[in-house]
Amino acid sequence: MNDMNLFAAAPEIALASAAMLILLVDCFIGEARRNVTYAMSLAALVVVAAICGVFLSQDAVVYAFGGLYVTDPMANVLKMFAALSTGLVLVYAQGYARDRGLWHGEFFVLALLALAGVMVMISANSLLTVYLGLELQALALYALVAVRRDDARATEAAMKYFVLGALASGFLLYGMSMLYGAAGTLDLNELARNIATGRVASRAALVLGTVFIVAGLAFKLGAVPFHMWLPDVYQGAPTPVTLLIGTAPKLAVFAIAFRLLVEGLLPLAVDWQPMLALLAVASLAVGNLTAIAQTNLKRMLAYSTIGQMGFMLLAMFSGVVGGNTMSAANAWSAAMFYVITYAITTLGTFGIILLLARQGFEAEEISDLRGLNRRSPWYAFVMLILMFSLAGVPPTVGFYAKLVVLQALLGSGMGALGGSAAIWLAVIAVLFSLVAAYYYLRVVKVMYFEEPSDTRPIVATPDMRVALSVNGAFVLILGIVPQYLLALCAQAMQRTLGG
Amino acid sequence: MQNTLPWLSLAIWTPILFGLLILGAGRDRNPGVVRAVALAGSLAGLLVTLPLYLGFDPAQAEMQFLEKGIWIERLNAYYHLGVDGLSVWFVILTAFITVIVVLAGWEVITSRVAQYYAAFLILSGLMVGVFSAVDGLLFYIFFEATLIPMYIIIGVWGGPNRVYAAFKFFLYTLAGSLLMLIALVYLYYAAGGSFDLLGWRYVQLPLVPQILLFLAFFAAFSVKVPMWPVHTWLPDAHVEAPTGGSVVLAAIMLKLGAYGFLRFSLPITPDAAHELAWLIIALSLVAVVYVGFVALVQTDMKKLVAYSSIAHMGFVTLGFFVFNQIGVEGAIVQMISHGFISGAMFLCIGVMYDRMHSRNIADYGGVVNTMPRFAAFMMLFAMANCGLPGTSGFVGEFYVILGAVKYNFWIGMIAATTLSLGAAYSLWMYKRVIFGDIGNRHVAELHDIGGREFLFLALLAAAVLWMGVYPKPFTDLMGASVADLLQHVGQSKIPQ
Repeated sequence: MNDMNLFAAAPEIALASAAMLILLVDCFIGEARRNVTYAMSLAALVVVAAICGVFLSQDAVVYAFGGLYVTDPMANVLKMFAALSTGLVLVYAQGYARDRGLWHGEFFVLALLALAGVMVMISANSLLTVYLGLELQALALYALVAVRRDDARATEAAMKYFVLGALASGFLLYGMSMLYGAAGTLDLNELARNIATGRVASRAALVLGTVFIVAGLAFKLGAVPFHMWLPDVYQGAPTPVTLLIGTAPKLAVFAIAFRLLVEGLLPLAVDWQPMLALLAVASLAVGNLTAIAQTNLKRMLAYSTIGQMGFMLLAMFSGVVGGNTMSAANAWSAAMFYVITYAITTLGTFGIILLLARQGFEAEEISDLRGLNRRSPWYAFVMLILMFSLAGVPPTVGFYAKLVVLQALLGSGMGALGGSAAIWLAVIAVLFSLVAAYYYLRVVKVMYFEEPSDTRPIVATPDMRVALSVNGAFVLILGIVPQYLLALCAQAMQRTLGG
Repeated sequence: MQNTLPWLSLAIWTPILFGLLILGAGRDRNPGVVRAVALAGSLAGLLVTLPLYLGFDPAQAEMQFLEKGIWIERLNAYYHLGVDGLSVWFVILTAFITVIVVLAGWEVITSRVAQYYAAFLILSGLMVGVFSAVDGLLFYIFFEATLIPMYIIIGVWGGPNRVYAAFKFFLYTLAGSLLMLIALVYLYYAAGGSFDLLGWRYVQLPLVPQILLFLAFFAAFSVKVPMWPVHTWLPDAHVEAPTGGSVVLAAIMLKLGAYGFLRFSLPITPDAAHELAWLIIALSLVAVVYVGFVALVQTDMKKLVAYSSIAHMGFVTLGFFVFNQIGVEGAIVQMISHGFISGAMFLCIGVMYDRMHSRNIADYGGVVNTMPRFAAFMMLFAMANCGLPGTSGFVGEFYVILGAVKYNFWIGMIAATTLSLGAAYSLWMYKRVIFGDIGNRHVAELHDIGGREFLFLALLAAAVLWMGVYPKPFTDLMGASVADLLQHVGQSKIPQ
């Protein structure tokens, strides 16, 4: 465990090197040949995803950098999806960014660096690594939000994102310092061991530290009451950046939540479970109820994200019953499936917004989708699938995400909260799903039941058309044959918890 | 009986694949081709259900034409299909009604033809899936998925207030079925991690969980049936939906709810069913009597038939919860018969609406003078709607009344009032619309039904008469399964 074992970090090393290379190459090629660096970025992402795939097939848990770093099946699955989703973001961003003069080398480099941060977070095995990855990802994203520097709304969003993000990092760091102070270690496995064997200075400090850790995670996840930044950033940031924020970083937050709460603070589950339950219910309520009132599609999706994260939180606290890893694997793999499918679906939804946007037109109001079925039946159908998936209506993948979460919730017996509480939480969750269905249906209504007010043809590059179509089809196909992705998540989580 | 081909899978996927084909390849530039392909798809869908009728063994109570393959290993869910006497007729009915609907939309639908037919074909396959699923999760997926095409059908091709109706339809039914989802997951654990519907019948459950499960199922199915007082979405949906949508809604979608009672509430939570039978019976009687009166005062023909559907479905739920062979059989016969009759009534209204663009009873009068052939058909269906002997409407109602009298004389007595109420609202509407002097010049300009309209009305008329005169083939197929069901309902599942 004490050797460097650099090879275990091959995806991150490859990615960081590629980012540097692209930064360099971009200085020497002109505006006209930007496609070179675009292609290089996509190639780098595919290679990274492939390496993760190879690692995944080896099904091993490998530590690196003297235990600061871990590559396990869960990390490989999440990294693979993070890399692929970042690639899709670049494809979707193309037309939009070109029209607005954002199609520069730094866009690629910052996106790749944000992904590198995401991957470090996913593989973190020490409090220090968690923080390092988080900051790398966050700094790259702050810069990306502000990349349209002459746009007032984007600047405001960047400011908000930075200030609140820094606050969240502060929370997390403060919590970590307390954990370190109480347990005397930064290593997550050792932390759990020390707590379990009672070698801690003060249990009160540990619990207080946990409170700050949970608050920091909730900030990053956008759970109520730490959600204030999310709608403004989603709405204000350039759409491709919103998409970037909404996908890979969500996978990363899921991963660090797992690392910190399950790997590090499992013995304190009794303490953090009620916190997560509270966050879940508040997020479901506030996110879904507020989304109803939105007319801006990006802002509506922001509130819907809050609600979706609330749903995912339900699975995250329901797994650990007295340290029983069997049900923990079940519950956390449900949350993992949820966050992955959420990322896939979100990619498609923002893809549609980017498809409809053009020079001087953002297509970010719900009414901008009016009559889409007339203008392009296929993309309207794709959006229909995506909306029903977010609403959790079968036969789309979003249904299974909700199903496995409910299954985890009801199956847990709810160590901390008692049996009937699980049923009540499930009832609350489905009732807010009903509320959510209303605003997703409204998008479908606008596309199908109304006549278009804008009849200009939809132009998009062929790679975007293909990617978006595949993305939409994937959500439907996964809704008919979800077993493979479900099994992948279950096995990865089982192996990670068992190994 | 050894079947060689997966007929049920074919019955589900044939219409869906045709639907997807039309959706993907159909262009509104050549609607003729789209219509022809849709008709071919619906006929193929009907054709593959024939072996189900021919090869069905009526002596057997168990599921037949079984197909089983592992589907989601993590959840232990199977792609498990089968039909028994309770469901086999609904598979055939669904395929049959789909053909009628395709014919009914032939000249009427002119905008987005491809999407219209695709939605109906996909919907048809999904509904067959509901009737043939033997896995709880599979059932739920088909059950829920039907909402999507219906939402689109009402919202795109519906009347002026279609958006409101589409939302109300979707959210009402979703609200019920989400609670059922929790019940399904609960049962999954109670059964030791299985979604097997057949196995669920043997799961021992204390009374309190049974009652909660029953109420969750009740939430899903009572909205779908719909039972009073959660019926208010139905008149809205019917009035706004295009004719084809109304036909499918009344003829099949309502049966999904009633079928759910048969498949879930009765055999899985029998003690709760006995415990709460008074509630269901009371609500059913309210539907029969009160909603019958509501139907009487409607001025819109579609609304009138919609309320009459609620009243007739009240009969169905009443039949289920008197717990005897004749009551349950009568209820199932009533479901099938109502599929034909309500479908036919909505088609008749559609025929008039296509010509007059009005559903108001007051706008009509004296139609018989200009449309004699049509008037004859509508006469038959109106009579069937009020349960005239010799039509299918009589058989089901008569059986249910017999069953109810057997259970309790006064319940049977109250239920029997439907015979006069049904006659009142059906025939009074018929009189005001069809008879009398020609009310206005629009009626005077009406032309009688053409060959296509004659065809679908004649098909339905034949079905109504066949079932009314000789119901034996229908009851024969379901007898053994109903007896088996009642045996399950009779056994207490409370662990000793």
